[in-house]
Amino acid sequence: MIQGVQIDLISADRLERMTKMEKIRLIIDDVMEGNIVVLEKGLTPDEQSGLIELTMQKITPDGFSGIEMETYAAKDASSSGGGLFGKLFGKKVSATRMTVIGPANQMKTIKKDKDLISAWVSSR
Amino acid sequence: MNFFIRTRKRLSKFLNAFFKKRQSRIGIYGPPNAGKTTLSNRIVRDWTGDALGPVSEIPHETRRARRKEGITISNQNGNTVTIDIVDTPGVTTKIDYQEFIEYGMEKDDAIKRAREATEGVAEAMHWLREDIDGVIYMLDATLDPFTQVNIMLVGIIESRDLPVIIVANKIDLPDASASAIRKAFPQHPVIPVSGLEGNNMEELYEKMLEYFG
Repeated sequence: MIQGVQIDLISADRLERMTKMEKIRLIIDDVMEGNIVVLEKGLTPDEQSGLIELTMQKITPDGFSGIEMETYAAKDASSSGGGLFGKLFGKKVSATRMTVIGPANQMKTIKKDKDLISAWVSSR
Repeated sequence: MNFFIRTRKRLSKFLNAFFKKRQSRIGIYGPPNAGKTTLSNRIVRDWTGDALGPVSEIPHETRRARRKEGITISNQNGNTVTIDIVDTPGVTTKIDYQEFIEYGMEKDDAIKRAREATEGVAEAMHWLREDIDGVIYMLDATLDPFTQVNIMLVGIIESRDLPVIIVANKIDLPDASASAIRKAFPQHPVIPVSGLEGNNMEELYEKMLEYFG
């Protein structure tokens, strides 16, 4: 059997149809199976907060040790078009960007800058 | 007569409870080993003579949030602010007990520490979501500030519209660079301090009066 790592790329369209908890569940379940998840559109701060909390609940000795996550820095939506609401009320809206999440014991970030994420992934 | 006094006291207590805004709770947040408890102890000791918790070079020494109530900070101009300081466990996305074994801990102790640390991180996130009114975000100025956890946490704090002061800690060490932290988070004030030595605490207290007053 060929050894390797499964990579799941999830489209922004699919993510937009999902609730906060559905997204977090999908990511955690996938990563706990040893897969790498790439989200076309990143998580909101509230979703990130929920992801950290659930990740902590799932950590076990000699089992799942958490997640490695990398994303490009968020763009201020008002500077890249933004919405009418943001323009009218000056509300800061951040546009989330592509995000990669994997098991902490299999994925390591090698290099990261404004527009490049370089990661190393091992099979289990 | 006693009846009137008792009634007045009860009414006063009720009105105070109803109208008086509670003291702001200021959370000390950051990654593990940034010096959160050292700074918390410094602030609490400077203004009350007390301390909040033990410190250690082994990560995740603080595994429960600790609150010290009613700390009044003042300056020479007579400005004052009374706050609660909440020292929180370091936030991370991964915890492996093997890391603690590398510091010389026995396996059982390391596993226990890891379990408590995971609960501590979840607890810190819960406090941030429910009970924190302002944040001092601690960073070790000798390390690269541009990590995913830092970016994520500052983003979470910003999304809650909480006032935040970033502290570049450990400036007593030769490799410390507050400028790297200013570059990473230009939208927030960055105050370089040494929580251990007590360097530049006056500037931090002035900023706390401005931001949390």
